[in-house]
Amino acid sequence: MTTLTGIDPAVATPGPGSRKQLDLEGLRAQLAGRGGKAYWRSLEELSGSDEFRQLLEREFPENASEWEDGVSRRNFLKLMGASLAFGGLSGCTIQPEEKIVPWVRAPENVLPGRPLMYATAASLSGVGVGVLAETHMGRPTLLEGNGDHPSGAGGAHPSVQASILGLYDPDRSQTVKNAGRISTWGSFVEALSGELEMQRSRNGRGLRLLTGPVTSPTLGAQVRDLLLQMPDARWHQYDPCRGDGVLQGARQAFGDNLGTCYDMSRAGVVLSLDADIFFQGAASTRYAAEFMKRRTEGLHGDGTSVSNRLYVVESSPSSTGSVADHRLALDKGSIEAFAAALAARLGIEARYEGGMPVFEDRAGWVEAVAADLEAHRGAGVVIAGPEQSAALHALVHAINHALGNAGRTVHHTDPVDAEAVDHFDSLAELTRHMEAGEVESLVILGGNPVYDAPGDLDFASALEAVPFRAHLGPYEDETAYLCHWHVPESHFLEAWSDVRCYDGTVSIVQPLIKPLYPSRSAHEVLAVMSGKSGKPVRDLLREHWAGSPVFEGRDFEHEWQRALHDGSIAGSALPRREVSLLGELRLPGAFGRSLDPEEGLELSLRADPFLGAGAQANNGWLQETPRPITQLTWDNAALLSPATAQRLGVDNEQVLTITVDGRSLSLPAWIVPGQAPGVVTVHLGGGRRRGGRVADGTGGDAGPLRTTADPWSTTRVAIARTFDRRSLACTQDHQAMEGRGLVRRGDLDHYRESPHFAHEDYGHQIPEDLTLYDEFDYKAPNQWGMVIDLTACMGCNACSVACQAENNIPVVGKEQVLNAREMSWIRIDRYYTDLDDPEILHQPIPCQQCENAPCELVCPVTATSHSEEGLNDMVYNRCVGTRYCANNCPYKVRRFNFLQYADRETETSKMVRNPDVTVRARGVMEKCTYCVQRINSARVAAKKENGEGRVGGDAVRTACQQACPTGAIAFGNLTDDESEVSRLKRSPLNYGILTELNTRPRTTYLARVRNPNPRIG
Amino acid sequence: MAQVFHRSINWVAKLSILLLLALAGLFLAILLNINRLDYVSHVGLAKDQPVPFSHKHHVTGMGIDCRYCHTSVEESAFAGIPPVETCMSCHSLVWTEAPLLEPVRAAWRDEVPLQWTRIHDLPDFVYFRHDIHVAKGVGCTSCHGPVDQMPLMYKENTLNMEWCLECHREPERQIRPRDQVFDVTWSPPADQERAGARLVEEYDVQVSQLTDCSVCHL
Repeated sequence: MTTLTGIDPAVATPGPGSRKQLDLEGLRAQLAGRGGKAYWRSLEELSGSDEFRQLLEREFPENASEWEDGVSRRNFLKLMGASLAFGGLSGCTIQPEEKIVPWVRAPENVLPGRPLMYATAASLSGVGVGVLAETHMGRPTLLEGNGDHPSGAGGAHPSVQASILGLYDPDRSQTVKNAGRISTWGSFVEALSGELEMQRSRNGRGLRLLTGPVTSPTLGAQVRDLLLQMPDARWHQYDPCRGDGVLQGARQAFGDNLGTCYDMSRAGVVLSLDADIFFQGAASTRYAAEFMKRRTEGLHGDGTSVSNRLYVVESSPSSTGSVADHRLALDKGSIEAFAAALAARLGIEARYEGGMPVFEDRAGWVEAVAADLEAHRGAGVVIAGPEQSAALHALVHAINHALGNAGRTVHHTDPVDAEAVDHFDSLAELTRHMEAGEVESLVILGGNPVYDAPGDLDFASALEAVPFRAHLGPYEDETAYLCHWHVPESHFLEAWSDVRCYDGTVSIVQPLIKPLYPSRSAHEVLAVMSGKSGKPVRDLLREHWAGSPVFEGRDFEHEWQRALHDGSIAGSALPRREVSLLGELRLPGAFGRSLDPEEGLELSLRADPFLGAGAQANNGWLQETPRPITQLTWDNAALLSPATAQRLGVDNEQVLTITVDGRSLSLPAWIVPGQAPGVVTVHLGGGRRRGGRVADGTGGDAGPLRTTADPWSTTRVAIARTFDRRSLACTQDHQAMEGRGLVRRGDLDHYRESPHFAHEDYGHQIPEDLTLYDEFDYKAPNQWGMVIDLTACMGCNACSVACQAENNIPVVGKEQVLNAREMSWIRIDRYYTDLDDPEILHQPIPCQQCENAPCELVCPVTATSHSEEGLNDMVYNRCVGTRYCANNCPYKVRRFNFLQYADRETETSKMVRNPDVTVRARGVMEKCTYCVQRINSARVAAKKENGEGRVGGDAVRTACQQACPTGAIAFGNLTDDESEVSRLKRSPLNYGILTELNTRPRTTYLARVRNPNPRIG
Repeated sequence: MAQVFHRSINWVAKLSILLLLALAGLFLAILLNINRLDYVSHVGLAKDQPVPFSHKHHVTGMGIDCRYCHTSVEESAFAGIPPVETCMSCHSLVWTEAPLLEPVRAAWRDEVPLQWTRIHDLPDFVYFRHDIHVAKGVGCTSCHGPVDQMPLMYKENTLNMEWCLECHREPERQIRPRDQVFDVTWSPPADQERAGARLVEEYDVQVSQLTDCSVCHL
């Protein structure tokens, strides 16, 4: 049922300071009137609104440099004039005396002043991701992807990189608590042991264990051991981000719980059915790397060929969708109907209990995709997203088997979980038992079900009926608040463990720092529960693995050290399984029921791209990094397409009340071109109540809108408009550039016909070397340059987070972002081509390191000047904050510390900083430096070796380049003709932006090339 | 109305203008030179240390090489301050009862590190690297002064930027042969300008690059 109530927004007058209402119909007419392809970044830009003009012409919006607090500026100046004057002299203090504290006994291998890298593993929804952690004298500061690990090729998901900030989060729980009062681990152990003694006598009938997804073999063995002791106890697992359709679909298709992984390096055709394969999940980095390697190797190699093609059908635009060759926006039912039509065309027999779904195929997708898949038998991949129904997953398995992809590009293994369960059913069962009073003691190891349980389960009240409740978690969160006992959980960088990655390969999680607080890991609590406490977790792990067949016939001690060094246990991947389909598929009646195009509304709930379901909500880096595509920071919003917005009469930032089964949530609307018609997408992870000072009050909690039966989408939704407006901190219009052909693209055929299209198609050539100034002689043996490949960039922001971690970039908060004062050195501009069916392009913009830099000429104190190696240096200690440079930068890549953003007070916040980079103070300009600290280290090493200091062409990797999952960023020495960056600069696709200004940027771009299927019109 | 001041008083007005200018000049001079004062830069000031360690005794008296204690000077930005273990490698055998060394023995016994007061402390926005200076023939004493003659450690040079730049602009005035970098008795030969220029050439010092901002400020 769909209802629409509310007040006509034409009557509702927008409040002061809010945006002008968008005229979507007018925009559509404007676009239709334009000839050829035009690229625009936001609806505001397209409409040419005053706000956008202002952002374009000014570096910061009007009044951005004013004080914004309760006291008026005038009053403030009156009161504080004197103290401000003296405040200006605070830079003139005599240097404070500092201490040097050497070791008593120096550890081996640690050279003060030189970082060390260790391999360990992080996890995304319980599934392992190999990382390398940089430590400075025992203090981890940076996480990078482990290129030798199966989970990735060196890149890293933003959430994984940012998880290091969680280690130093001052809001972490720091002590054991009993009924809200400070207690000790000893008293907890005593209480828990007493409770378990009682349970043991009854075979554990009243004992329940609730964990997150467990892929750790050792932890799994510990739980099984506990269940052997107490056979009537129950183990439940719940992860709010888990799509149960994956396992259920495998059971329907093959009759067994199976994990599926894909080999993108061999895939010629990939069809994603609402799967954000390159961004979501623990295998995404691997898939993205493999797919893009295959694509760009052909494109930038000797011949110009592309040997893979990506089709994406999705309901809300995603990173994967933005790099697709063809993208189709559909609601959930239509995606299923499309799959059904495709299956029928491929000759797959299935029984549709509700009749064969109808798919209205306007552009000829089914025929084109089917033909392409058939032409690539055994070299195709069809993937359904984890949020999709079990039936769709089963149908996709049938398609992959019919096409012979299974066993070649699609592989099945046992699930990576220690015990595969349907998570939402598991939580529902636990809730039922709690409500029935069957649960006497509940131990929650990780997770926060009070916050993230679906709305139709009243988990919180059921929990309160349990007589003994204990919680282990990193924060004193919503769940901890309702438990008798809370034990702080160790961060993964503080404790030993093991974890399986997507293909089953086991990584040993090794700690890099002693726990900051008296925290414990799940292993330790379980050891207490099974009466085997007292042994260090490292010994537990070694015992578990010493007896494992993986190490059979090998010297365990040697192999253990190797596993620690490499970050994974060689040969521990789960064996591939040959499976066959059960027979004819039966698809339920609801399958493939499309939305009514006139009336239908679907609420689609998705994990936040960065925060997941809210577990990382207290992470400032993640909150402030613009989400891919929407470019929203901090708050979540109700995302809807321009057509749906028009239908509902909704404007940007207008607050909507979304109601499902009587539970409602108010969220501002955000219009997203490329969203499927009728689908309203809301991200989880907002509206935390006890999440910490960053998380609390940010966004709205969509958890109550979820149901156990289908946690990911529902059509039983009512949307009502309100008079309210709530500002959303969207960064897209900030630091807007104006110029000719900023972003350039072409189809593969066009590229073959006119290889220089990136220049020929975009305006006239500018005569070079027109300058009044003397030429600077760049003669140093190293000349640095960067190339960013727009074909490979999917706008995931892994580079921004890496830059933030490497370069000590502060977090400024929502209000400052609204004022366009965000500090991120890389912004990713997103471009659309159309309102309803746009092509989406991303363009990362770091400092372009101009050879003729406009910023340098206007600095009155020469705080920014040139290095002989072609870097545009920024000297923080010399900067007096005139902001002239930012005003004169046509790329708008300079960031100003309007206030003291870097936290100088919190001790733990200081620990995450890179000691090789200055922490900037208030009143100082900053910008991308090409990671000059890494360049200097490499140059010094080279100087010691070869005298002049010539660095190998690809020897320096910038943080953004290292983190990029698709390898879109190349950086290196331009004097080396063989370096990757030199090779790419020779490509005809290479172009610079705003070169008409004769800035001669060292950062250039490779125009995007797509490989569309001519049969789709 | 009659004039209030007689013409002969005009010199007061003229003088006061001159005085004002002089005052402004003085103020500027003070501002510019204040950081050159030893009082501010702490040049020549020996500070309180947990143990009155004498470089003079250990270097000149015992002939210990700099690198025996400052172990990472050739490999890292930081030269390294020796762990207590290094002190105890000798002092568990000699001067084992000396009351002066009690803090060292206590640190060893209780595993509580010694806290030395920094003498050579660059501002946090300066990223100095020992390893490259040593590798290019800048001797220890060029910056740290006659350490072998210091009973208590003090700063010989201001470590101000102008002082750094003296050498970054004209390294030939300071560079010495690599094998004499750790020779505390080295003094520049009469033809240092010529010998230094030859070494700059030999060691491939990229002189013009030495004044790039990002060489020191990151």
